[in-house]
Amino acid sequence: MATARRSAYALKDKYAIVGIGTTDYSANSGRTVRALAIEATANAIADAGLKPADVDGIVSYNFNDSAPAIAVATGLDIPNAGYAVDFLAGGNAANLIVLSAAAAIEAGLADVVVCYRAMNGRSGFRLGGGREFRALGPTQFTAPFGWITYPQAMAMWCRRYQVEYGLTPEQLGNVAVTLRENASLNPRAMQRKPMSMEDYLASRPIVDPFRMYDICLETDGACAVVVTSAERARDMQQKPVYIMGGAYGGGPQQGDDLFDCIRWPDHSKNYSHYIADDLWRSAGVTAGDVDVAEIYDCFTYSILMQLEGLGFCGLGEAGGFIADGHIRRDGKLPVNTHGGLLSEGYIHGFNHVIEAVEQLRGQSGPRQVPDAEIALTTAGAMTCGSAMILRR
Amino acid sequence: MSSPEAYAKPVPVPDPDSAPFWAGCREGRLLIQHCDDCSSHQFPPSNVCAQCGSGRLGWHQASGAGKVFSWIVVRHPVPKPVYAEDVPYVVALVELAEGVRMPSNIVGCAPEAVVADMPLKVTFRQVSDEVVLPLFEPA
Repeated sequence: MATARRSAYALKDKYAIVGIGTTDYSANSGRTVRALAIEATANAIADAGLKPADVDGIVSYNFNDSAPAIAVATGLDIPNAGYAVDFLAGGNAANLIVLSAAAAIEAGLADVVVCYRAMNGRSGFRLGGGREFRALGPTQFTAPFGWITYPQAMAMWCRRYQVEYGLTPEQLGNVAVTLRENASLNPRAMQRKPMSMEDYLASRPIVDPFRMYDICLETDGACAVVVTSAERARDMQQKPVYIMGGAYGGGPQQGDDLFDCIRWPDHSKNYSHYIADDLWRSAGVTAGDVDVAEIYDCFTYSILMQLEGLGFCGLGEAGGFIADGHIRRDGKLPVNTHGGLLSEGYIHGFNHVIEAVEQLRGQSGPRQVPDAEIALTTAGAMTCGSAMILRR
Repeated sequence: MSSPEAYAKPVPVPDPDSAPFWAGCREGRLLIQHCDDCSSHQFPPSNVCAQCGSGRLGWHQASGAGKVFSWIVVRHPVPKPVYAEDVPYVVALVELAEGVRMPSNIVGCAPEAVVADMPLKVTFRQVSDEVVLPLFEPA
């Protein structure tokens, strides 16, 4: 494991999420990504009881498939953004942008920062279709062999895990079925139809060891949160959700892009294994303190690696942990109470932050985890990623 | 597609770091980098050694022997017109005898026959006038 940083994320409880906003999640928005981004950010700002003129920072992440921060600031008529940044990144950055918003405020670059992810992920640029269909740079060693899509990328990790520890189709299916149950209670979710284990096992083989229902949805939509200081948060209209801690990173040899894992040392472990110490230390809590966990689930398997990497169970034990019902809403670690990327929708992991905030505010309706005080959010599935600990 | 004969799959575009590798494939030689300072092997190629940072990298002809580190069986073709005729096909991370890993296809056996640590040997396949790909088959 990497040496823990001298000082993990040092802003414990100093910043808070004070507003959240979303659009509808659909397969065909019929709108520009810019329009989706403006709607979600405006909703988040209004939810905080603020006006766009109160906002002076904006940050997002994208794969050249979104409206850039300055375009959204222009659309919202934010008059003077002192911090406007687009991370060229994938789901790995879905928590990093929130941590960076707090860091920007700490540094005096802004006072109120809106963070968002917007995409026409089904009707426009489909990440599931793979990277650019050209074999240059890092892709020259992968694409010529028909290794192109993200399901194909992650299946390679999953197979290695299967070799090392054993993994049954039913152990993956438990994740899909559990998350679908949660989605059935979530009006925002794109897939609410009940799924049985038989349905899962009968779903179409895509790339062994993955079936269709191991793979997340593709979604048009956007979501956003507003971050400001804990001091300001206390007087605002929503109950603040404090950022207790967080971490970003991964191990050595993270590769030449987000797909590349050729030099990664051990494909049965992902980034979460390497950031766990920093994450827990930054917040001053342990895995046992988490009441609800929104874990990046681009694939069913992604959850297994992160449960192990962050220490909710031992290496090789996640399949059994899940089979024992621990990630169900009534289990000891309710996971992806909204249905996750697998059943709510794929807003590239940022929808996990929305769900965590709603759970901590007690606004999750029939899927509410009783008395949720501390939430984990994670972002990323391969060689790098980010995570946060939030509290009410 | 311009014509049915056209090679529709991604064709590697050599760059200054990788050109010797692809040139080697055209000659039926599997080349990986070797660090003159720390003696480690390296793939994919780079301008520096990822182990020690040295820029003193040379090329070494690998034995062509390897084994299966991990593998997938692609059953749903993406993009469909390009890979429809190929599925199911196997993509593997092949661990070469020299210690480095290399993505490739396993050919010459049924996808279901592939198992972890299965011994492999390189075989070269010309896919266009310019490009020869290193594939692997059971040893």
